[in-house]
Amino acid sequence: MEELVLWSRAQFALTAIYHWLFVPLTLGLGVIIGVMETIYYKTKNEEWKTITKFWMRLFGINFAIGVATGLILEFQFGTNWSNYSWFVGDIFGAPLAIEGILAFFMEATFIAIMFFGWNKVSKGFHLASTWLTVFGASISALWILIANAWMQFPTGMTFNPDTVRNEMTDFWAVALSPIAINKFFHTVTSCWVVGSAACIGVSAWFLIKKRHIDFAKKSIKIAVPVGLVGILLTIYTGDGSAFQVAQKQPMKLAAMEGLYEGQTQAPLVAFGILKPHQQAMQEKDNPSYLNISIPYALSLLGYRDVDAYVPGITDLLEGGYPTQDGTVSLSAKEKMESGKLAVQALADYKKAKKVGNEMESQKQLEILNANYSNFGYGFIKDESELVPNVAITFYAFRFMVIFGSFFILIFAIIAYFIFKKKPYENYKWFLWLCILCIPLAYMVSQSGWLVAEMGRQPWVIQDLMPTSAAISAISSSSVATTFIIFCVLFSVLLIAELSIMFKQIKKGF
Amino acid sequence: MDYNFFIQYWWFVISLLGAILVFLLFVQGGQTLIPQLGKSEIEKTMMVNSIGRKWEFTFTTLVTFGGAFFAAFPLFYSTSFGGAYWVWMIILFCFIIQAVSFEFRKKENNFLGEKTYNTFLLINGFGGTFLLGVAVGTFFTGSEFVVNKENIANPIMPIISQWTNPLHGLEALANPRNLLLGLVVLFLSRTLGSLYFINNINDQTLQERAKKALKVCGTVFVVLFVTFLTITFLADGFAVDKETGLVSMEKYKYFNNLIEMPVVLAMLLIGVVLVLFGLGKTMFSKAIFRKGIWFAGIGTVLAVLSLFLIAGYNNTAYYPSIFNPQSSLTIYNSSSSLFTLRTMSIVSLIIPFVLAYIFYAWRKMDKVSITKEEMQEDGHKY
Repeated sequence: MEELVLWSRAQFALTAIYHWLFVPLTLGLGVIIGVMETIYYKTKNEEWKTITKFWMRLFGINFAIGVATGLILEFQFGTNWSNYSWFVGDIFGAPLAIEGILAFFMEATFIAIMFFGWNKVSKGFHLASTWLTVFGASISALWILIANAWMQFPTGMTFNPDTVRNEMTDFWAVALSPIAINKFFHTVTSCWVVGSAACIGVSAWFLIKKRHIDFAKKSIKIAVPVGLVGILLTIYTGDGSAFQVAQKQPMKLAAMEGLYEGQTQAPLVAFGILKPHQQAMQEKDNPSYLNISIPYALSLLGYRDVDAYVPGITDLLEGGYPTQDGTVSLSAKEKMESGKLAVQALADYKKAKKVGNEMESQKQLEILNANYSNFGYGFIKDESELVPNVAITFYAFRFMVIFGSFFILIFAIIAYFIFKKKPYENYKWFLWLCILCIPLAYMVSQSGWLVAEMGRQPWVIQDLMPTSAAISAISSSSVATTFIIFCVLFSVLLIAELSIMFKQIKKGF
Repeated sequence: MDYNFFIQYWWFVISLLGAILVFLLFVQGGQTLIPQLGKSEIEKTMMVNSIGRKWEFTFTTLVTFGGAFFAAFPLFYSTSFGGAYWVWMIILFCFIIQAVSFEFRKKENNFLGEKTYNTFLLINGFGGTFLLGVAVGTFFTGSEFVVNKENIANPIMPIISQWTNPLHGLEALANPRNLLLGLVVLFLSRTLGSLYFINNINDQTLQERAKKALKVCGTVFVVLFVTFLTITFLADGFAVDKETGLVSMEKYKYFNNLIEMPVVLAMLLIGVVLVLFGLGKTMFSKAIFRKGIWFAGIGTVLAVLSLFLIAGYNNTAYYPSIFNPQSSLTIYNSSSSLFTLRTMSIVSLIIPFVLAYIFYAWRKMDKVSITKEEMQEDGHKY
């Protein structure tokens, strides 16, 4: 059973990570291409058409493999997370269906015009098609992120013991959940950063090679403002995201910070080296070997109040600290007790219903409702399961924030060069740095997802269903086999994609 | 409008999406015809580019079909995908390798070589269509699973849907009726593929060859399809008692459904007539008749739609369990809540608008058929 959970998680992580190698470029480069074509449309200057078409070729190669890796993700909810699909399918399925109806058809229709329509439709119609493709891709991101946000902060639903699942009661609460909206902007604008980094890096390579200098510099001129706006919005929404995590997923926040013992006026760790988890649990007041931190910052970030108390991992397990709404927090053991009550009440409710004992079923229903907010804890066997992998969450968070912020510097420097008309095409070291920024942007983007998804473990739906209860009843060897198949297939396709990309870039504009 | 209305409405939407998906499999059918019809490189290029501009519609329809099924009938999603794991995984695999093949096949430094990508297209064309047919076949023949929603209250083993056959879906390949439907879908896709080429490519030689292929594929398809219909209508079906929800076998269930739902019967008949007309007129006209795909396409949508409706409407279990008939899925016991279905219904009102812009864009792009000249021009090509 445990092996099955691990393989299922590994497969989902593998396919999601691969998918996320291609999506950011689609969303980011898409905007850049849209701006380029708009300039072509306005100026009727053929040069801009050549520039647009070059980046569009790269966009197309990347798009195809993004589609390929995306298919498996949707169906995997059924194939590998079958219990999840029933337990919350009534809410979770809707955004997926809407994504298909609203977004995918738009992308599929207009991308064909974008690539093949240059001589078949008017310039205006072509431009509209390009923007509609980008728009379609972005709203596809919106709906899948709404679905993801809902898992982290379930809302707008109620549990129905007769159908044994959660049912939607408020569509707008799901679709417009502040977490979803914030996640959408955080994710999409971070993709602009990746797209810009790619565009700038590739252009820098042309400058180093002294080829297409004019086209490369023109491309950079478009990419820089997109990237700059992107990174500023990413940081702004990232701050919103941390605030929300503090409210809804305090354990994730504690893991992100390697905070074992809670404190008021909590500092934010700028950089640190953690002790191993078990040791840190023991030495909770000093859980790291090295720790450079910013005073008050964590309290401010998480609660908008420098004096606020931020619970640490051990406090979250032991409970007893005052929460924001003035109540005293339950300990993990109490929550597990409450969860077990809820699960047992559900079983007894079903039994009573079967024999037609209305009074008994009513009584069980009340117990269930009173304890439902801890339902998922009923599946937890040991409280240690409630702590996510602190090291991965902690370091991935640092990596994201530190290197993510680095992009402000990069974009700002290039903007300065452009503004001051500096001959930056001659600054070799800087151009090489721009090239290095391409893999760096991808790594930063991936580490953001690591924080979000590793940090929320053990929950597949916060507090209501642990990942281990969400699986399908298949043998772990089956999942291991499909894992290996996808690993090999996607790796081979990635090599093919990169190889084609490099060749196309070498060929130039 | 009550709960039943919305449940029925959503079965209709799913069926329609399924029907459109089967029609759009002309892309896959076309892929299987490329080596057979294309003697020269330019001919192959014409065919690849002709269907290459449509493949995303098929792909997207598949994804949307999945998403809509999830949203409207989540118990099917969790039972079938998680249970018949291997069949679905192989189908997905067949489609994943298609998605890159058009874009990558002719590109320099494509690592695997053009031949590999062409093979991918063949695997998708033959495997994808055939296995989809086999999987849908189980809607009529049944599978082996148990559904027990109370399991969720068992922290040790909380899984609701359990597949009882260790082959996890591959056992569907042992049932001749499933295999038959697999072949029906495969040959239908090839039939539609040749009709599509005749319509979309302006090249006399290719059109003549496609017509020749059509004569074989079309005939085989008609024979297989009639056999499948006959067997299905003579077979017992999984009937649901409206009051108790109990599932039992009923003689000639699917035929009875047809008779009891005259609108569906009419749809099936009109569909079959349109397909036969499209086929016959293209096969036997002296001059090249290029509009066959329209008749056969609309006919296919109507016929497949009616088959899905027969499987789910009129108190029938659309995803039966032969291991434990009372676990069978009906559109009632597997559907989403009234609230979700109603919300999704409002969203679905946008579908005609989506179809309209697809149609508009499609017309704009296909105003001029594909020619050898276009393939020799500079521009984005597969």
